[in-house]
Amino acid sequence: MYNLIGAGLIVIGGGIGLGQIGGKAMEGIARQPEAAGKIQTAMIIIGALLEGLAFGALILGK
Amino acid sequence: MVAKKSIKFIKFLVLFLVSFNGFANGDKNPQGNTIDTPDEIKEYISHHLKDSHDFHLFTNNASGTHYSFPLPVIVWTSEGLKTFMSSAFHHDDAGHVIVEKGGVKLTKIHSKIYELESGATSVSFDEDHHATNAHKVLDLSITKSVFGMLLAGLLMFLGFVALARSYKKGPIPTGFGRVLEPLVIYVRDDIAKPNIGDKKYRKFMGFLLTVFFFIWILNLLGLTPLGFNVTGQIAVTVCLALFTAVIYLFSGSKDFWAHTLWMPGVPVILRPILAVIELVGFVLIKPFSLLVRLFANMTAGHFVVMSLIALMITLKQDFGPALSTGMSLVLALFISVIEILVAFLQAFIFTMLSSLFIGMAVEEHDHH
Repeated sequence: MYNLIGAGLIVIGGGIGLGQIGGKAMEGIARQPEAAGKIQTAMIIIGALLEGLAFGALILGK
Repeated sequence: MVAKKSIKFIKFLVLFLVSFNGFANGDKNPQGNTIDTPDEIKEYISHHLKDSHDFHLFTNNASGTHYSFPLPVIVWTSEGLKTFMSSAFHHDDAGHVIVEKGGVKLTKIHSKIYELESGATSVSFDEDHHATNAHKVLDLSITKSVFGMLLAGLLMFLGFVALARSYKKGPIPTGFGRVLEPLVIYVRDDIAKPNIGDKKYRKFMGFLLTVFFFIWILNLLGLTPLGFNVTGQIAVTVCLALFTAVIYLFSGSKDFWAHTLWMPGVPVILRPILAVIELVGFVLIKPFSLLVRLFANMTAGHFVVMSLIALMITLKQDFGPALSTGMSLVLALFISVIEILVAFLQAFIFTMLSSLFIGMAVEEHDHH
């Protein structure tokens, strides 16, 4: 039961983080469309790091 | 020429499919039950996510016949090396069937091979369902995952040898090489060069390309109905992350170690603390995040696809067979398309982060 609540909290945290990253990247691309490629790469890297953290917590919680 | 080749390929494929029946073991499942309840679905999915000693394709529930390839079992027992085909276990996974090989009694419990103590004739369990008179043996079998890795290796070997040969004829690759060349260039120009640097990237291209195509092909194989789940095995991802860790730790420059162990430009009191943090980061946390990301992504992907396919069983009571099957078809198709993207993305991320860590390690700083 408690680990399910924990998993929910992890997903909420990860969702907020991914939303921030994606939103800011969109803003950046809208302001400077010519830098879209670089922004996308950086966005994916940060997203992957965040994902690693969230998955790590999920696995440890299981 | 191309048409002839494709006809040959289709012939091979048909022969391969027909030969399934020849390989199939016609023994009956003692339970002979169908999958109906959520618990059985859960068990089926968790069984799929694990590695297994035979290559199970499908089961005919009406007759209780399993269709599967047997794979070789290679175990190191107290009496030395023993090899036999996994069909000797007759699809038993609960320790009922006991195989006797040269004085050693072996049995399979939950996909693990156990050796019975001398004198014992059957496995007895305690209340936690642990075997009391048998112990695990060193298992070097060609399991389904090992078979998948060998298959991926063979595909890579054939594809890239053909690509390399076609360069002898001219600068433009022919055939399947035209698909591979842009991917190789992509890994070089968009992953290796920006992260490692123009001067040093060449040394690491072999590893990065191998890891990229290995993970990508295995992820794609996992989406076929063959049911591989190789990149979702934690042992596989641990080894891949270990390769990356060993490579960047052993190719680290003088500056890298100086900045890790005795960070210049910060107060002396802080330096030992920073050294501990940096060392733990490079030796443990970075490889751990690499391995957990790949493992968890692929496991979660397989779990979601299989759960959505299982909707047609769980929702049959409420919506009727036609509607529940339609729903599960649409949802499973949708998730499968996303999984194709994830298969590429995970290979890309693993290669990208590997080259990022290697880049951190080989970087040389300008001294002021």
